[in-house]
Parts: sequence; structure tokens; C-alpha cells
Amino acid sequence: MSKINFLKPDKSNLSTYLYLGSFLFFISILDVFLNSFFNLNLTGFLPNFLSFLLPLILGFIGLHFIRIEYSGINKLDLLNKHINTNNFNAILSLLIIFVIIKSIPPLLSWFIIDASFAGDSKDVCSGSGACWTYIKVWIRRFMYGMYPNAEQWRINLSFIALMLLGSVGYFATDKFKKYLTLYYVVIYPLIAFLFIFFFISGGPVFFDFSYGIIAAILSIIIGFFIPSKFKFYYFLIVPLALYIILKYFLFFEEYIELGKLDGLNWVETGAWGGLSLTFIISFFCLIFCFPIGMAFALGRRSGFPLIRYISIGFIEFWRGVPLITVLFMSAVMFPMFLPADFFIDKLVRCIIAISLFEAAYVAEVIRGGLQALPRGQYEAAKSLGMGYWRMHIFVILPQALKLVIPGIANTFLALVKDTPLIFVVGLLEIVGMLNLAKTNPKWLGFAMEGYVFAAIIFWIICYAMSKYSYNLEQKYKTDR
Amino acid sequence: MNFKLKDIIPQLITVLAVIFIFGFFTYNAQINMENRGIDFGYGFLSQESSFDVQFSLIEYDGSHSYFRAYLVGLLNTILVSIIGIIIATILGVIVGVARLSPNYLINKFAAFYVEFFRNIPLLLQIFFWYFAALRALPLPQDAEAIFGVFFLTIKGLYVPAFIWQNLSIFLYSLIAAVLAIIVIKVQAKKVQEKQGKQIPVFYISLGLLFILPLLSFFIGGVSLSFEVPALKQLATTSFIYEGGVSLPPELIALTLSLSLYTATFIAECVRAGIQGVGKGQKEAAASIGLTPNQVLKLVIMPQALRIIIPPTTNQYLNLTKNSSLAAAIAYPDLVLVFAGTALMQTGKAIEIVSITMFTYLTLSISISILMNWYNKRIAIQEK
Repeated sequence: MSKINFLKPDKSNLSTYLYLGSFLFFISILDVFLNSFFNLNLTGFLPNFLSFLLPLILGFIGLHFIRIEYSGINKLDLLNKHINTNNFNAILSLLIIFVIIKSIPPLLSWFIIDASFAGDSKDVCSGSGACWTYIKVWIRRFMYGMYPNAEQWRINLSFIALMLLGSVGYFATDKFKKYLTLYYVVIYPLIAFLFIFFFISGGPVFFDFSYGIIAAILSIIIGFFIPSKFKFYYFLIVPLALYIILKYFLFFEEYIELGKLDGLNWVETGAWGGLSLTFIISFFCLIFCFPIGMAFALGRRSGFPLIRYISIGFIEFWRGVPLITVLFMSAVMFPMFLPADFFIDKLVRCIIAISLFEAAYVAEVIRGGLQALPRGQYEAAKSLGMGYWRMHIFVILPQALKLVIPGIANTFLALVKDTPLIFVVGLLEIVGMLNLAKTNPKWLGFAMEGYVFAAIIFWIICYAMSKYSYNLEQKYKTDR
Repeated sequence: MNFKLKDIIPQLITVLAVIFIFGFFTYNAQINMENRGIDFGYGFLSQESSFDVQFSLIEYDGSHSYFRAYLVGLLNTILVSIIGIIIATILGVIVGVARLSPNYLINKFAAFYVEFFRNIPLLLQIFFWYFAALRALPLPQDAEAIFGVFFLTIKGLYVPAFIWQNLSIFLYSLIAAVLAIIVIKVQAKKVQEKQGKQIPVFYISLGLLFILPLLSFFIGGVSLSFEVPALKQLATTSFIYEGGVSLPPELIALTLSLSLYTATFIAECVRAGIQGVGKGQKEAAASIGLTPNQVLKLVIMPQALRIIIPPTTNQYLNLTKNSSLAAAIAYPDLVLVFAGTALMQTGKAIEIVSITMFTYLTLSISISILMNWYNKRIAIQEK
């Protein structure tokens, strides 16, 4: 047995160091653990200051002893490599372990042990823990806003139906795969729109707006059969013409009743709210901002100077202002810009504002993808005799969009996280409903529970989205 | 001829469409304003505002003009942005570096922080801090002093105020120190290029930065004293702190949530930047005999900063724009004071919203122009 040098542990006295170090480390963890879980203070006989620092000192010495390079013991080497490379890292690791141990009991007791779940009045919430009863009582308001209780099955049914319809892509056979893009870009949004228009609203809410949607979708479907030579002019003229025909010639005032299905009550958009409104707004903004953004991305790289300057102006304008002022504008300034008898619903104005705002961000992301493509791709497509639209649709955009999946996912995440801002125009989605419930005199003092609840929901949604985008990115990754 | 027409027509149609839309809006706006009897103009800016703002950096009360109210809001926005940017940068750099740490625990801890705060809407975080967390603080009379001088209460944070005498001399000494450091740095570079000697510029500058201001205390007659806030009873149950500087809870909640939220994005920028520097760079630098510190200072950081700075500036801009969420918790920023209260009082929707948007627009466009210039300057010249 060679001489033991405590300042420099080495391999020759491995077991001595190992037992001593592990013991000290174990003691320090045990002390913190007992202190935090059972409120016992093992080192209470020492002066305050020393008793506070003792676990750290003991743990540090212990970690120092077991820091032996190439000890030959696999687990010890792994431990050293991961949390114990040098003194500084050892202290940080210890601190993090202590913080985790210290924070478990209060969190656990607030969330579960001391929390109240039963009952339906404030009286059960007298403990120090969270009052989940509050969430239980208000859950319908948080999910559906002021939507009448008796009608909420309409929202549930629509969302379930849309979810099922949305998952069609997973079950499509190879034969139908090529129609999926058309389905998701044109038909699915139309179905979703009809569901919300007829079913959730059940009234003439979206009416002015719906002409535009119908015109756009009809013209896109017909557009597939137009020779590419005339496509540009076709898309400039036909949608507008269709809109005018629909609005002024086909659908007369008496048809405004069209929005109502028999037996369904009309629910105003003002009554919509809660998490379902978050979903509706995110969904539509997501659908609208993507094509608009793509158009402006192409416009910004267009060879026509006037179109380019207009696109730059559009993008930089929306990117330069905060969303809250855009919503302010849609609430107080936009009605001034329309004819006095022209009515656009608050929710629709909101969706338009958020879509335009996010479209600018989408445009910048897509432009990044377009710029990253090598010139050769453009030249190769042109040499095959492809025109502008054909080249972009079949060669450039598929590759560029693949490149920018993470960026687009980030923009969409930002969109979902921005929806609470609609409180500015008086629409109350889940965060707005929380603020409303918080001021209810019967349920004062439960702000914390509400915010934690909403935070968990948003966190799950956003985290799932970011993981999904990561999977998508991996799936479409091609070696370049 | 035909070829040219094909170029012109799409542009013409687009421009006509834009002109048509703008014309339509302007026309309607004119008619609507006529109907409601509102006149258009920016004359109201010099009128008396007659509303009060609870937190202001410059002297302001109801007798001042609307333009001054605008300035108050703008300054408050800038204040919260600057504090937020400083905290977010410090936190973001620490977390970003921690995410690259070989230590498993630190790495995961940083990753947890980023994933947690990034995926919760900022507005929700602001509400959480303001309505839930800061409301749990003690009343002024129950507050315990932190280090004996700070008081964190439900009514805000009270910190001691600095009371300077001969402040200008102190500032002059600071300026002199900075100038001296620049001169020394230039000289050191010359010496190194001529003789190959290295002068420890860092320690010299640190010394100068301490010694010169310290000298000003002894020789220049500068003195500094603190005014510690003291509890004062207004009524039997109503207490308030007097003296010192008070930071309202709105400001605390806002800066806290803004910096915690933005720090996650900055951390990701920092991580991407450091990872973006090739491993070969580090090895090459080490192989020509640079010390680890020199490798970091002369090889890694200059390249990493090139990747880090543009997206980070973007995050600073985002933070500034997000500070407009202050309106939700009644912190008197530009949006609340000007686009909120002033708009309600005057009813000049178009003018006020346009001024507000134009202010933010100027801010972001000037920063992005600056950024483009910087990018061009530091870009690696290839081929």
C-alpha cells in the first residue's frame, strides 16, 4: 500500500478513495434530502452558517476523492465524465442536485398533496396547496368561452370531425398520395371553414367574408385546368370577378339565411372563447398566412422592380411593428377605412390582421430557403423549358420549403403563442378567460392555479408542435 | 415590343391594385370622418393632455401636452427594453454556454430552462408574474429588508438612491480612463507588431478603470451617499416607503418576463454560434501554440460572434416590440399612454395609431439598416 495523498487521488489507492468519497457524497445528499423531505436538520448542532454550507463542502470533498481518471470501473468513469470533470463542474453539479431535491417537496405538496380536487365551491380550498376545484368549476369557460353550455357539443363534434379528416394523410395509399397536397391546401381548409361557418357559428357571421373564400377556392380549382400561359392573368382577374358576381348577382340578401341550419341557434363570435377560439384562430391564420407569405417571398425575389419594392415594403412594414398595434389598428382604425355599411366581424378582422402580420415573417423564412438554393436548380429548370410558375411549383418551392421547415415551424409556434393578444379587440381566448374568472368575486385569489393550468396546456401544444416539426425535418432531409 | 409588354403588364396591374386599395381606404376614411365630424390633423399634439401617468422618467402631469405624453410613453418603452436587453443578454449567454457544457446536469438544466420558457406565451408569463407571483409579496409594513437596503413589497421594489456631489468630475475621470485605455490599446498593438512583445492590456485597463474614479473621490471632492428608503405611516393600515427609488411592480413583472423569455432565444443563438465554428479551427489554433484563452479570444469568439450577432439583434428588436404587451398590465408604455389613453381622449384613431406604428417602424428599420451594414462589414470575403 503506497502513501495516500488526499490532494491528488490516484488509482493505486482506489478502494480507499472510492469508499471515502462515496460515503461523503452520500452523507451530503442524505443531509439535504432529510432536511427537505422530513424537515430534519442533522447538522443543527453546528453554527448556522456552517450547517448551511456543510453538505456542499462534504459533497465537494467526496466528489474530489472519486475523481480518478481511468479507474477501470465503468460506472465511475461515466460519472466522472458527465458530472465531475473538475472542481468547478463538481460544485455546479452538487448545486443543481441540491436545488432539485429542495424543490421537489414544495412543488409536490402544492400540486398534489395539499391541493384540493373535490367539491364545487371555494370553501374546499382552504389548504396551502393548489385549488384545482377552481379549474374544475370553470373548465367549460376556459375551453369554450361564453359559448352556451347546451351548444358546446357543436364545437366538440366539429373538432373531432376535423381531426379525423386531418388524419386522412396517414391512411392514404400510394395511389392517392399525389392528391394529398390538393386535399390539404384546398379541400380541407374549405371543409374546416364550412364546419365553422355553418356549424359552430350557425349564423350569418362570416357572410361577407365567405364570398371571398368561395371565390378563391373555386378559382383555384378551375385554375388547374387553365393553360399555364394564361395562368397569371387568370389569377389576376377571375377571383375578383367571381367575388363580385357572387356578392352582387348570385347571393341576394334573402340568401343571407343560408348561414343558418335548421334547429341550430346562432352563436355570435363575441361569445366564442377559451381554448377552442385559440385553435380556431391559429388554424385559420396558419392557413392564410402561408400562401400570402409565399406570394410575397416570390415577389421580393421577382425580376420586376415595382413588384419587388411593393413586396419589400409590405414585409418590412409588418415586421417592424408589434402585433398589439396591428390589432389596435384592426380594432379602431380599420373600420374607418371601409364603407359605412360594410360590416366585417371582429373575429374575422382579427384573423386577417394576424394572418398579414405572420405572413411577413413566413415570407422572410421562405425567402431564406429560396436564397439557399443553388443557381443551378433555376438554370436546370429553365433549360428544360419550364416557365416561371412551372419552375417554381415543381422544382424550386418543394426544395426551398423542405429547407425551411424549422423556420416555418418557429413562425407557426410564434403564431400560436401570439393568439392571447386578441384581448386587445375584446375577444377572450383562454388567457383572457382566466383574467375574467380571476375577477369573479366568488373566486378571488386563484390567479396562480389558472395561469399554471394555461401554461401547462400551452406548453404541451407548443412542445408537441416543435417535436413534430423536428420529425418532419428529419423525414424530409435529403443529402445535398 | 411584345416582350416588353409582357414585362410591364404584371407590374402595372399590381401597382394599380395597390393604388386602388389605398385609394379605396382613403376615400372611405374621408367620408367616414366627414360623417362623424372628425377632422384630420396632428394639431392635437400641442394641446393640453389633462391625464396623469403614474410612472414617468421626465416631469409630467395633466397640464403638459400630448406630445409630452408621447415622450413619456416612448421613454418608458425604451427603459424597459434596455433593462430587459441587458438581463436577457447576460442570462442568454450563460444558458447558451451551459447548453454546450460537458456536464450532463448543467446541460440538461439549461435545456430544461430553454424548453420551458420558450413554449409558454409571453403574455401568460407577464400575467403570471404580475397577477400571481408578485401579488404574493408582503405589504410594505411586513417587508423584510434585503441586505438592509432593498425592500421588495407588493407595491414594488424600493432601492436606495445615489446622491452624488460633484458628479461631473467623476464622469470626467471615467471618460479619461476610457480614453487612456484606448490609447494604451493602440500603443500595445503597435508594440506587438514591431517588437513582438505583449503588454497585459486587460489588467492595465482594469486598473485604470478603478484607480482614476477612485482618485476623483480623494482629490476631486466627489462624494457619494445613499438615501435608504424608510417606512412611513400614512394611516393606521396604510404604509409607504419614502426616499430612494421605487420601481413599480408593473416594471418588475415586465422586465422579468421579457428577459426570461427572450433569454431562451438568445441562448439558442449563442449555442448555434459557438457550434457553428468548426472543430478544426480550435485544433488548428491550438496546434500553432496559442493558449486556450487566446484560442477563445482570437479564433473562436470572432467567428462565433459573426454568427451570433445578427439573430441576437433580431431578438433585441423582438424584445422591444414585445414590450408593448405592457399595455396588458397597465405599465405606462408607448402603447398604453399614447395608443390607449390619448386615443380614448382625443378620438384621433388614424393619427395616433399611425404615429405609434411609425415610431416602432423607425426603431426597427434603423436597427436593421445598422445590422445590414455590420453584416456586410464582417462578412468573410470569399472568392
